[in-house]
Formats: sequence, C-alpha cells, structure tokens
Amino acid sequence: MTSRIVPKKYPMPEQDPKERIRNFREVPLGQDPETVKLEAARCLQCRPPKGKIVPPCVEGCPVGIDIPGFLALTREGRFEEAIALIKEKNALPAICGRVCPYENQCEGACTLGKKYEPVGIGRVERFLADWERARGFRVPARPPPTGKRVAVVGSGPAGLTAAAELARRGHAVTIFEALHAPGGVLVYGIPEFRLPKEIVFAEVEYVKSLGVELKLDVVVGKTVTLEELRREHDAVFIGTGAGLPNFMRIPGENLNGIYSANEFLTRSNLMKAYLFPEYDTPTKVGRRVATIGAGNVAMDCARTALRLGAEESYIVYRRSRAEMPARKEEIQRAEEEGVKFLLLTLPKRYIGDERGWVREVECVRMELGEPDESGRRRPVEIPGSEFRLQVDTVVVAIGQSPNPLVPATTPGLKTSRWGTILADEEGRTSLEGVWAGGDITTGEATVILAMGAGKRAAASIHEYLSGKPWPSDWKPVNA
Amino acid sequence: MFKILSKKFLCPTVAKFEIEAPLIARKARAGQFVILRIDERGERIPLTLNDWSEERGTITVVALEAGATTKRLLSLREGEYLMDVVGPLGRPAEVERYGTVVCVGGGVGIACIYPEVRAFKAAGNYVISIIGSRTKDLLMFEEEIRGLSDELYVTTDDGSYGQKGFVSDVLRRLIEEGRKLDLVVAVGPVPMMKVVAEVTRPHGIKTIVSLNPIMVDGTGMCGCCRVEVGGKTRFACVDGPEFDAHQVDFDLLAARNRRYLEEERRALERLKEGRA
Ligand SMILES: Cc1cc2nc3c(=O)[nH]c(=O)nc-3n(C[C@H](O)[C@H](O)[C@H](O)COP(=O)(O)OP(=O)(O)OC[C@H]3O[C@@H](n4cnc5c(N)ncnc54)[C@H](O)[C@@H]3O)c2cc1C
Ligand code: SF4
Ligand code: FES
Repeated sequence: MTSRIVPKKYPMPEQDPKERIRNFREVPLGQDPETVKLEAARCLQCRPPKGKIVPPCVEGCPVGIDIPGFLALTREGRFEEAIALIKEKNALPAICGRVCPYENQCEGACTLGKKYEPVGIGRVERFLADWERARGFRVPARPPPTGKRVAVVGSGPAGLTAAAELARRGHAVTIFEALHAPGGVLVYGIPEFRLPKEIVFAEVEYVKSLGVELKLDVVVGKTVTLEELRREHDAVFIGTGAGLPNFMRIPGENLNGIYSANEFLTRSNLMKAYLFPEYDTPTKVGRRVATIGAGNVAMDCARTALRLGAEESYIVYRRSRAEMPARKEEIQRAEEEGVKFLLLTLPKRYIGDERGWVREVECVRMELGEPDESGRRRPVEIPGSEFRLQVDTVVVAIGQSPNPLVPATTPGLKTSRWGTILADEEGRTSLEGVWAGGDITTGEATVILAMGAGKRAAASIHEYLSGKPWPSDWKPVNA
Repeated sequence: MFKILSKKFLCPTVAKFEIEAPLIARKARAGQFVILRIDERGERIPLTLNDWSEERGTITVVALEAGATTKRLLSLREGEYLMDVVGPLGRPAEVERYGTVVCVGGGVGIACIYPEVRAFKAAGNYVISIIGSRTKDLLMFEEEIRGLSDELYVTTDDGSYGQKGFVSDVLRRLIEEGRKLDLVVAVGPVPMMKVVAEVTRPHGIKTIVSLNPIMVDGTGMCGCCRVEVGGKTRFACVDGPEFDAHQVDFDLLAARNRRYLEEERRALERLKEGRA
C-alpha cells in the first residue's frame, strides 16, 4: 500500500464527563466529513489472508459488511455509495455504528490493530449513517407484491431486520409489538445518551417506508395467539428477545428501592421518567445507588443513576476487572463519569427500614479460584469478610432470560432447558412455517447478532415462500 | 388509538368507560386486565376488565380517581381517544364448578368482581356476592350483581346503606352460621383482601385474591409488579393477578404500593396548577 501509516484513530469529540452526567444527551459528538475521510484513509486495504476469502475485518463482522470497500469510498468522499454498500448487509447502520462491540469484531480483527490502533470502523459507519439520515432517506422502489403474508413478532433489531428484508423481496409484512413503541431493547433498554431514540425511530420509519405494517400494543400469546398468526399468514418470524429479568433470589430483594435493570431502564428510557413530572411516569433514585453486575446493561444503569441525581453510583461485581463483560469503552466512560467499582464483591442480603425501603446491602468479598467451565476463574467467598454498604437504590443487572410468553402459549414450539426457542441454522423452529431469531434463540447477545439472525431467517423464509420444502430432518443448532 | 365510546360517572370519583378494542374484546376473560396510556407523555396503568363485548368490539373498565393519571382519565370525554390499550393481560380466573362460591368486592373492586360473579354463575355455581364500600355514594353495580347472584349482601362502612360494617363481617357470619363455602374470591383494597384471607384461613376455605401492584409493561419484562406468594417471588402481571390469598404477603404488597406516593402527590399538585 502507498498510504502512510497513521498509528492512532482520529479523535472523536465527546461531552465532558462533568457536564454530561447532568444531561441525557449523547456522549460522543460525532466527526466532521474531513476527519472521517482521513480515518477511512488509514485503512491498508488488506487482501484476504491465505486460505480466506475476505480480509480479517470482514471476517470479524457478524454480517460480513465489505469494510475495505466502504472505507475506500469514504476516503474519496463518496459517502452515498459508501452507505449504500453498508446497507447491502446492514439495514440499521446508525444503530450499529453506536452500540456494536467493534473492539471484539471488525476492529478487533483489523490488521492495523496488531501494532497500532485499528481503523475506527465503527465511527465511520456511524458518520455515514448520520450523514444519510440528515439528508433524508431515499425510499427504495418497491418490488411487485408476491401476495405472501408474513407476521413478525417483536420489533427489536431481529424483527425489524427480518421485516425489512422480507418487504424488500415483495412480501406483505406485519410486525406485532407488545409495547407502545417499536425498537425492543433499543428503545426501552439502551439509554438516550448512548443511542438517541430519534435515531431508532428514524430507522423504524425507514423500515416502514419499505411497506412494513407495524401493529403496536399487541401481545402475542395474549391479544392474539401464534396459532392465529400462523393461520392468517404464510410464515411467522419470532423475535421476542430476552426480556425476562433475573434476580439473585437473596433475602430482601423485594424491598422498595430495588429495581431490575429492565424496570429501571424502561422507566427512564421508554417512559421518560427523567423528564418527570413533564412525563407522567416517576422513578426514584436516592443518593447512593448500587448496580449489581458488570455487563453493558449494568454500565447503562450505573450511568443512568448519575444522570438521575445519584451522588454515588457503584458497580458491585463478584469477579475481577478482567472478567467484566461490558465493552471497554463503556467501562471507561462509566469511570470517567465517577462510577465506583466494587469488584470481587457479592451481595448476600438486603436490609430495609421499618417502611420497607432498602437501606443497606450486606456483601461478602470474593477471591478468584480455579477456572470454571466458561474458562473464567471462579469467584469464591472469603469467609468472615462480610461488610455492609449503605444504599438508597439498588439495580439488579445480572442478566435476562428469554421471554416465555410465546412458547408458553404455543403448543409444539420447542424450547431448550434455558427457555430459548430451538431453531436450526436458518432459524426454522419445530413448527412448520415458523422461524425465530435474536435473543429469543441465543439468550442475551448483541444487536448485530440479532440482526444477522433476522436476515438469515428472512432469506430462508423467502426460499420457503418461493416453494422450497420445509426440511423433514429438522435439527436445532441451539439445543 | 382507542376510542372512548361512552363514559359514565358512577359517583363523582369513579367513571366507567366503554372503549373500542375489538382484539382485546375477542380474548377477554374474567380476572384479566388491560394496561392503558392516555397520551404520549402518559404512564402505563393497569385496570381490571369490568366487561367486554365481542359483538360490539368493546371493553369496559372502571377507574377511580386516585392520582394524576386517573384524574386525567376521568376528564376525558366520549369520542376522545386513548393512545394505547393493551391486553387482555394476566391469567384468567380459574372458573370451574366448585359448588358454593362467595364473590367479595370492595370499593372499585366491585367493578372487578362483577365479571367473576357472572362467570362463576355461568359455570353452575351457587353464587353468594358480598359487596361493600365506604359509603352509599361509592357503591356500584349493585343491580347487575344482584341479578346474577343467588344471594347478595351489601355493606357500607358508615352504615349509610345496607348493613353497617365491612364485607369481611358478612363473610365471617356466613362461616359462623355453618354455611358450606367451597371458594371465596375477593377483589378490593389490600387491607380488605388481607382481612378476608384471615377470616377464611382457620376454616381452610380456598380463597383467591386479585392483586393490584404497580406495573409498567404488564408482560413480565420489568419485575415492577413482583409480589411474594408462599415465600416465592412472582410477577403479578403474568403469574397472576390472582393468587392463593393464604399464601400472599399482603404487608409487602402494601409497602410496595407506597413506593411513589411522594411523586404522585407532586404530579397531582402540578395537574391542579394546570398542566403545560
Ligand atoms: C440495557 C441494554 C444494553 C445493551 N447494550 C448493547 C450494546 O451496547 N451493544 C449490543 O450489541 N447489544 C447490547 N444489548 C443487547 C441487545 O440489545 C440485544 O441483544 C438485542 O436487542 C436483541 O434483539 P432482539 O430483536 O432479539 O430482541 P429485543 O431487542 O429484546 O426485542 C424484542 C421485542 O419483542 C417484543 N416482544 C416480546 N414478547 C412479545 C410478545 N409476546 N408479543 C409481541 N411482542 C413481544 C418486545 O417488547 C421487544 O420489543 C443491550 C441490552 C440491554 C438490555
Ligand atoms: S483489517 Fe483494518 S486495515 Fe485491513 S482492510 Fe480491514 S479495516 Fe482496513
Ligand atoms: S409489570 Fe413489568 S413484569 Fe409485571
């Protein structure tokens, strides 16, 4: 390659931590076109390594975006072509450009990253998507209708992607969503300061512009059953996500002031409790807030707590820093904002006052022992190390399980012992004409994996609607 | 958008709404509820179904003015729209032929017990209904319930109508008289349901209550509605709202229902000052 190596990413301006913990606006402020062109020009335009068909970054991307391709176009300022190239593989780039764990995916695999900082692929994607949105989407021409009808259950990234892909192939698609707003975790879970809702709604509008019909306030399994949807449609896709909050089942967990992450985030994001009393839904955040867990969800809660007025916001995690599952970038931002980390610490019980409000959490210190089946060293309690932390609010962010509503009301729809819907590599379930994908088949995962599943299922649905027979030897891949 | 087809005040602080919601009407069963949201800024509140008509494509709910949201709800007029109505949520009442079933309704709980009276009667039970309110003006659905019940007892706390006292007094008397009761179903304020549970417990009479915790989504996603039943945490919106009264931790429920009192007061004050 002719271009000179630039060892570091071009910086992206951010809101100052002291400032941003007092508002819910997005933290990174985006880049200007000239900087983005320079960032794209850092790319070495690698060839596929021996024995591979794509360069490392593309291999690292769960949906296989032509990364060197869109970077080359971006470098030349051909933004419109660059975003079109991304959209061939990814219908929701403004979202992925913000929440994808690129450091484990494309950027983690980038050749440049071996010695220097990888190309800032995520921020280029983000810029291109924002650039396109600011100019207004071009509504693609609609293909002739096939006369086939598909129902999509759930409007998270899996459902939205499946719907868009099917509509683009001329099928009549209706999405059924339980909540009053579309987007799944993107609207109720991920906070405004990380993913502005305006962006999610713009992407939803784009999906609707493809001809997709959106029916809100419909709980499948309650308002209509999956069986009814099957009767009225030629195929059904289930993308109901992993919405069931886990609790630790320790004493005192139902005291007032203890939230699940889902409730805490839903109140703030979906219901806009941070604007109470302007909006009707309240939330209550005391001076000292402890969030249990150290994934992305936990970081979102700890940072939301600061913005809702907490003076001290703690992350309480039973393992050490190295095992924290959250993205590095999010951990770093949380630290910059003043979130304190109580590592190797396990809550044992909550202690409340006479009115039923949580006041203290009793914790025990942990040390790392032998590796467990996940390869991470198992935390073990240090006897006698119990101590109490004063808290006014606790957020339990230790994970979500698959939403059981649809399987529980659909005879014949098989699930694993973790409650995920069983599906084969194309997303086909145990019921003919029914596909599933996203967190409901994998358990809690990522936006891009949910989109990938939606896309694969859509391709499979399209083949089925075009006459391909349902397999007689169905074998789930997630048993 | 969900159209309000009719609205009727049952007393100055309670109104009955018939709402166009054909999908919900098709599926509704006794004991289930809906969650509604008035407008873009509204909160999601659960209301038990009082009635429904598949033919008309409508559902009926009864709302008591308790906070800012219900106050605003009561100010809506016929022909206006609610932003969202979702349901039917929760598990339906387990309606079977038990023999003699006592249906107890207190306050607006009377509106919620009405469909159960109807369902238990239709299932071939001998239905004894006991309804009560603080005072005469707050009593509702008396005629409707009388028409469906084999026996009806009415109480008011202040004695302004029916028998003076509480619904639980009547229940206690029936038991003392040696009536054989096979099932008691009670809906009303937490203290009332707690007392009913205590009245039937020593006699081992199966007793079901419909719990009314604070909710957000109503689909099992948030855990806001958690209650303890038999020492286990359950989500009332999906595991309930009806539970075995003898297993319910009513004190926890009462404490949890006080979580937002302060915010409710603020919201109400703001509403009185005139909402922006
Ligand atoms: C707080 C938080 C932060 C996260 N941060 C990141 C991140 O930074 N990066 C990342 O890649 N991933 C992140 N994730 C994970 C990511 O959001 C999920 O993996 C992804 O959203 C899964 O998509 P999905 O379409 O499968 O399900 P969901 O997004 O969960 O959507 C499911 C939808 O189905 C609806 N639904 C459920 N049941 C029914 C029913 N019976 N009838 C009708 N509708 C129904 C739900 O209301 C919901 O709208 C985060 C998750 C959370 C909770
Ligand atoms: S691996 Fe990095 S340098 Fe190589 S093509 Fe991909 S983005 Fe460019
Ligand atoms: S109201 Fe959210 S889980 Fe019941």
